[in-house]
Amino acid sequence: MTHVLKIEDLHVSVGDKPILRGVNLTINHGETHALMGPNGSGKSTLGLAIMGHPGYEVTSGSITLDGKDVLEMGPDERARAGIFMAFQRPMAIPGVKMADFLRHATTNVRRPDRKEGEELIPMREFRKELREKMEHLRMDSEFARRYVNDGFSGGEMKRAEILQLAMLQPKFAVLDETDSGLDADAVRLASESIADIGHQKMGLLIITHHDKLLEHNPPEFTHVMLGGRLVETGGKELAVELHQHGYDRIRKAYPDAEALNQKLLAEDAEEALA
Amino acid sequence: MSTDAPAEPKSEIGEINKYNFRTETTGVFKAKKGINREIVNQISDIKGEPDWMREFRLRSLEIFESKPMPKWGGAIDIDFQDIYYYLKPTDHQGKTWDDVPQEIKDTFDKLGIPEAEKKFLAGVKAQFESEVVYGSLEEDLAKKGVIFTDTDTAVREHPELLREYFGKIIPPEDNKFAALNSAVWSGGSFIYIPKGVSIDFPLQAYFRINAESMGQFERTLILVDEGANVHYVEGCTAPMYSTESLHSAVVEVVVKRNARCRYTTIQNWANNIYNLVTKRAYAYGDATMEWVDGNLGSKLTMKYPAVHMKEPGARGEILSIAFSSAGQHQDAGAKLVHEAPNTTGQIISKSISKNGGRSSYRGLVAVHPGAHNSKNNVVCDALILDPESRSDTYPYIEISEQDVQIGHEASVSRIGEEQMFYLLSRGLSEQEASTMIVNGFIEPLVKELPMEYAIEMNRLIQLQMEGSVG
Repeated sequence: MTHVLKIEDLHVSVGDKPILRGVNLTINHGETHALMGPNGSGKSTLGLAIMGHPGYEVTSGSITLDGKDVLEMGPDERARAGIFMAFQRPMAIPGVKMADFLRHATTNVRRPDRKEGEELIPMREFRKELREKMEHLRMDSEFARRYVNDGFSGGEMKRAEILQLAMLQPKFAVLDETDSGLDADAVRLASESIADIGHQKMGLLIITHHDKLLEHNPPEFTHVMLGGRLVETGGKELAVELHQHGYDRIRKAYPDAEALNQKLLAEDAEEALA
Repeated sequence: MSTDAPAEPKSEIGEINKYNFRTETTGVFKAKKGINREIVNQISDIKGEPDWMREFRLRSLEIFESKPMPKWGGAIDIDFQDIYYYLKPTDHQGKTWDDVPQEIKDTFDKLGIPEAEKKFLAGVKAQFESEVVYGSLEEDLAKKGVIFTDTDTAVREHPELLREYFGKIIPPEDNKFAALNSAVWSGGSFIYIPKGVSIDFPLQAYFRINAESMGQFERTLILVDEGANVHYVEGCTAPMYSTESLHSAVVEVVVKRNARCRYTTIQNWANNIYNLVTKRAYAYGDATMEWVDGNLGSKLTMKYPAVHMKEPGARGEILSIAFSSAGQHQDAGAKLVHEAPNTTGQIISKSISKNGGRSSYRGLVAVHPGAHNSKNNVVCDALILDPESRSDTYPYIEISEQDVQIGHEASVSRIGEEQMFYLLSRGLSEQEASTMIVNGFIEPLVKELPMEYAIEMNRLIQLQMEGSVG
């Protein structure tokens, strides 16, 4: 059976502010979808709503995974069901070692029925696998002993997210600017790693502003988000066009969506000043 | 590692654990409830004490009666006449566990003491109610002149050494509860480490209160002679009763030149215990005194381990962890007094409050005139797990010297929604996620502990966290 993540007419608000206004998107296992759009259009909001962030309220519409209602699940249940998000700004958890965190996460995701307090994956087996994955990602073994995202550089954070993707092997993954804040070499390494781990092996929803990541992970579909809606969908060539020419054509073609986008951006700016 | 432990059965208060069991004992003598001259004389009679100690006790009783209750800290609602001050569980102290009455031996078996002794301890004292019921010390340490005995025995066998320091670091006049302890004290450890002797493994004392409405008043004196080194560990537990019990210890430590002493407490009292303890150390030239103070459980803890740096080069370090849950108040902290030049002090305090618990950090840093070039740094971090819980910081600083470096940092954080979401999004349950965040919070302190205690500490935190997410 092919796994399917299906989003239908999704409306999402933050506080009482509507951000997404009717998103429809179907991702089949093995497909790569690029999600593009100018700042403030709602790309990260879609990812966070899929993952179940409590601050992002789904006001109508549905998300299903193989027909099961995802909106009924807490974020931990979604993770155990095979949904993953690589965050743009992952949180630091001081004092918690990467290895301990990952051992819990990996155990829970692989054994979704595990009850609290039950055995974790045996230490030896887990360490071996972690070491192999880290070597593959060219990460220093010291990394496993560092505290989760604590004092990490931007690049280290992104690589830690990719390591988690590699360990958790989800069915579907949202990658939110996993290539941003990196120098050229690091972008290439990240792009290759994701291609190796995820491309055609999972359903990928890639949010990016750069072309490198998509060169290594050519998308079957490119979606453009503006004002909280997917206004256009195309193939790989649409991503290439947007990278080369920007969003001017899109903004002109969809004036209503553009107006909403501008309004949200202006409100964000006001809030930032307040 | 902590989260690997199998789940323990839970009680109605959500944090019951292996420590909450009662032992049926007959005991050989139980003094009447209440405190007065008659009771104090009776304790002294039973112990067959010399006159000087009896007089010390009676004088302390007067001081206790004349002193008001502390006007700060937590709410203390104790009826001093409704407590048993002395309970003798057995008429002799065991040199092997087989010498200990079966039901008491079983108690310490359940607490894992004999097992720990075999694995990694250089010596053990086990106190049950008012008396030390078992004691051991590695033979080669005894040959080197190390003394590790209960304080009652020390009064008889090492009177000169004991009298030189007993009640000198913490006199009965110090505070009401030090006076109470001085009047009715029983048990506790007496340790002497001779010059240059270094002990590789910890000496441990374990204090168990078993009876209801009991007062435990152990008295500990540790003397670390020049260039010597010792790590002493104490553990404390009691079963849960509906009425309050009182634990009020006095611990005096003397660390001579170039010597080092680390005193680690892992306290996990039941939630009906008032834990009002006075601990103070004198550190002499280039000596180091470290208090590692882990406070879990109890109804109210008021405890501020102190180091007085008496001579140049002395160091005082205090690491404090406090965890308070429903109905609990941990008023814990530290005192560092720089009395000489070139002395260095550090306080690191971490407190966690959940389910309406209250944690307070109360600390004093004092630099006396002439203690130039002294350095002191205080870091206190509080983690609050829910809106019902509370954390306060009361730092007192008294500096009478210009040429000093003083640092103070304090932070209060709540488990953030974003941190929680991040861990949940990786498949951790809320319970696992909050336990992980709490363990991470205290990790900088726990990693200072020997492995066995680090595991114990993490396990205790785990127990405290169980049932914390509803």
